Amino acid sequence: MRRWFFLGAACAAAAALGTAGGAQAQDVKIGFILPMTGQQQSTGRQEAAAAKLYMAQHGDTVAGKKVVLIVKDDGAVPDNTKRIAQDLIVNDKVTFLAGFGVTPAALAVAPLASEGKTPEIVTAAGTSIITEKSPYIARTSFTLAQSTVPMADWAAQNGIKKVVSMVSDYAPGADAEKSFKDEFTKKGGQVLDSIRFPLANPDFAPFLQRAADQKPDAIFVFVPSGQGGIFVKQFVERGLDKAGIKIIGPGDVTDDDLLNGMGDAVVGTITAHFYSADHDSPANKAFVAAFKAANNGMRPNFMAVSAYDGMHLIYEALNKAGKTDGDSLIAAAKGMAWESPRGPVSIDPDTRDIVQNVYIRKVEKKNGELYNVEFATFPNIKDPIKAAVAK
Amino acid sequence: MLTILYDGIAYGMLLFVLACGLSVTLGLMNFINLAHGAFAMAGGYCTVFLVNRLGLPFALGLPIAFLITALIGGLFERTLYVHVYARSHLDQVLFTIGLVFMSVAAVDYTMGSSQQFVQIPEALQGQFEVDGIGMGKYRLLIIVICGLLTVALQLILAKTRFGSRLRAAVDDQRVARGLGINVGAVFGITFAFGSGLAGLGGALGAEILGLDPTFPLKYMIYFLIVVTVGGTSSITGPFFASILLGIGDVAGKYYVPKLGAFVIYAIMIIVLIWRPQGLFARGAAR
Amino acid sequence: MTVSADEVALYLKRRARWSPFEIAFWIFAFATIWLFPGKYLILKDTAILALFALSLDLILGYAGIISLGQAAFFGFAGYFAGLVAKYGIINEPVIALVCSGLITAALGFVTSFLVLRGSDLTRLMVTLGVSLMLGELANRYSNITGGADGLQGVEIEPVLGRFRFDLFGHNGYVYCLIVLFICFVIARRIVYSPFGLSLRSIKGNTLRAAAIGVPVKWRLVAIYTVSAGLAGIAGALLTQTTAFCSLDVFSLERSADLLLVLIIGGTGYLYGGLIGAVIYKFLQDWLANLTPQYWQFWIGLVLVVIVLIGRERMAGWVRIVRSLLVRLGTWLMPRLPALGGAAPDGR
Repeated sequence: MRRWFFLGAACAAAAALGTAGGAQAQDVKIGFILPMTGQQQSTGRQEAAAAKLYMAQHGDTVAGKKVVLIVKDDGAVPDNTKRIAQDLIVNDKVTFLAGFGVTPAALAVAPLASEGKTPEIVTAAGTSIITEKSPYIARTSFTLAQSTVPMADWAAQNGIKKVVSMVSDYAPGADAEKSFKDEFTKKGGQVLDSIRFPLANPDFAPFLQRAADQKPDAIFVFVPSGQGGIFVKQFVERGLDKAGIKIIGPGDVTDDDLLNGMGDAVVGTITAHFYSADHDSPANKAFVAAFKAANNGMRPNFMAVSAYDGMHLIYEALNKAGKTDGDSLIAAAKGMAWESPRGPVSIDPDTRDIVQNVYIRKVEKKNGELYNVEFATFPNIKDPIKAAVAK
Repeated sequence: MLTILYDGIAYGMLLFVLACGLSVTLGLMNFINLAHGAFAMAGGYCTVFLVNRLGLPFALGLPIAFLITALIGGLFERTLYVHVYARSHLDQVLFTIGLVFMSVAAVDYTMGSSQQFVQIPEALQGQFEVDGIGMGKYRLLIIVICGLLTVALQLILAKTRFGSRLRAAVDDQRVARGLGINVGAVFGITFAFGSGLAGLGGALGAEILGLDPTFPLKYMIYFLIVVTVGGTSSITGPFFASILLGIGDVAGKYYVPKLGAFVIYAIMIIVLIWRPQGLFARGAAR
Repeated sequence: MTVSADEVALYLKRRARWSPFEIAFWIFAFATIWLFPGKYLILKDTAILALFALSLDLILGYAGIISLGQAAFFGFAGYFAGLVAKYGIINEPVIALVCSGLITAALGFVTSFLVLRGSDLTRLMVTLGVSLMLGELANRYSNITGGADGLQGVEIEPVLGRFRFDLFGHNGYVYCLIVLFICFVIARRIVYSPFGLSLRSIKGNTLRAAAIGVPVKWRLVAIYTVSAGLAGIAGALLTQTTAFCSLDVFSLERSADLLLVLIIGGTGYLYGGLIGAVIYKFLQDWLANLTPQYWQFWIGLVLVVIVLIGRERMAGWVRIVRSLLVRLGTWLMPRLPALGGAAPDGR
């Protein structure tokens, strides 16, 4: 009869959860769906901290309404994301959905955003097509192409002729590889080989060897943040830096969150990205200081600033629209421009994607810590993939 | 490409050190310890803490990681695992997966969710060029340490009294008990030692495999592959299995990068179809 | 002592009768449609997980095949259902569902020879290897499967032309629950049949079963095929009700979660998967709401505690409670003549 004990427990559990929580009709709820567990959990951690920081700094009342932040973990599994998003829209009646640590999560929720007329603010995922999937999507993070195209430009202008491209074998990696290759070959460079390694890859050794054997000027690399450090370390272990091969790529490889732990091996790595914790502006200095103070000295990275700006967009859209229905809010979000800790940003009214500066940076040691120090700027970059199609 | 062979051997040896504790536990106690990866992670984080935060030299960090993890393993064995030995395999799976979840979340809470990097000494960075073969210095260290360990383990098993007691207990527990061998103590010591080895493997592997709170979940499958292909009744089985898998994985990725991780699973399935008890198992009754 | 065929038939007929608890269970299950309108989404996920666990119970609980590879069938059917809907090959979801089940059963048949040999650990690893390899294949052919982005552009027609799957999940849940019930009835029929009995004998002692003439290999192949079909139906249900399918249907996490669910609920009596699914899903949801970042710790703790306490002890507590209730009832009934209870001494 132990079975029926469990049956009883199950029914009790189900019944207990049948009670819905109390909700205030006047509250504006923001549902942040982030990967708080699993491989992407550092993204979730950074973004949740940044969102909370914004609320702490700017108060929880906007346009006369109380703002409530709800953070949910989807473990970067799109099935979960979809279910949680549905739950948030139907039961919690959120005004905004935000977050989405990986591309499939953002894509899975797009039809829900359309059906529920709920703005979906993407603050992490980076594939270009996301904003096209629903008129209710706006993005405050980045697209991979925004970083890779300026990287290709800079490389071509600075004497790098032959490159081997190495990316992780998944959609953002493919995006990065393609957009880099197209731009680099257009500017006269040559991509000797395009190597892809499995996403869950323990060991870069064979791939690095294969790349090195082709004697390129530089290796263009894209890996999800977290693997960048290992990649660079193994690169140095093979002596590839001594062989004169440079590492170039989008800034995911030298993620601020991990940069300090990577050791001196990474000094000199050149990357292109939209945010560095070292960015020299009063807004950024204040942001970094406040973030560190609130989070035990943790340095904010590009994910954190994306979430911070996402909250800013939400607050300003609420202020501007005055109403809380999805259509007005998205309309208010289009074209909005402000000074973010990363530099000047705006939301492109045609694509609802973010337009921002992309900086070329080099890893240097400052005050005993490693930073991505910016030394060149490509201003106001729109997502190149969509821009090319628009032309 | 001999460099690839070299890399493959290094990777395989690392896998061996990580997985041999699991193999012995499974073979000896017929206990599926899916939390083995958590001990490896513990060793890795120990070393990170000792070397990065306390500034101990790397050479000291490794053995201390081994000791601490062995202690933790012994402690867990006496307090938690003992209660679960007599249970069905399914219950053991549930129990150890529960432990893994707890350890992953606990490490996330205390050490944060980012990747950890061990500061390895200057002497170990870079590589030697020998006859056109690039031999990474760190990988050389791995090969040397793991090679010595393997020899030591084999010697312990074959030449010491403890080793013969262990082998007796693996072969037939009841008879061993009947002969007066304190099987419980053998279990405890072996489990602790196996966990210590896992910790050492985790510490060594942090440089190559990376280290973050999700380490046990990510790499458990590789350990299981080594144990299954190698069989659980000897040390040499998992040793050769890890070398085979290490070289296969690295070579496969070099020559046919499109296949990537496919190779390692394919090797496993083929081996298991051909020899279901593992490559080197003696025809054990279990 | 020989047992005649008639005795076996009578035994089976008696066992196969629906007990009051079972009837109550299903009445409650269907009542949830009206009782918990806000919880359709998690209930639907639970129903799919329950069906998935049922498929594992058939091979694990009844035939003794331990498998971490059910995700292979789950994912295969998931992509199949998604692709036929996306390219308009089969528009009616019910037909697509049945086809997904059949084609996945075929896959199960083809791979069944892999699990016939070897120890528990071997089977575990081989089945896991197959599902991971399928995952790699799905990633490789991302031009068809959408790769890590997931299958895009899947549009599911309304069921039977009338019931569309919408944001609120009502139709989705009812659909899943009905399919779960039908599959459950099928599984129950299989289990309470001579075929099912022979499976149990194989699980108990394979050598002896073979010695008395049970065609062990073919029985195992058959149940593995059926189980694959059911797992496939669960996968197709997920794709159809979410209009989305991504690579993590093949992941280790999915297979491992499944195993956990079944172990929690108990194997070998068909309801284990269903009950385990409810407990695990709701527990996880509740914990994740409490602490989005560290819920894994608490779930781990619950699992460890369950094993340490042991189900026998928990069943013992249930027995104590039951006997107390029975005693209370016996004491109470005669003192309430209004309820129709007879007085103890017949007054």
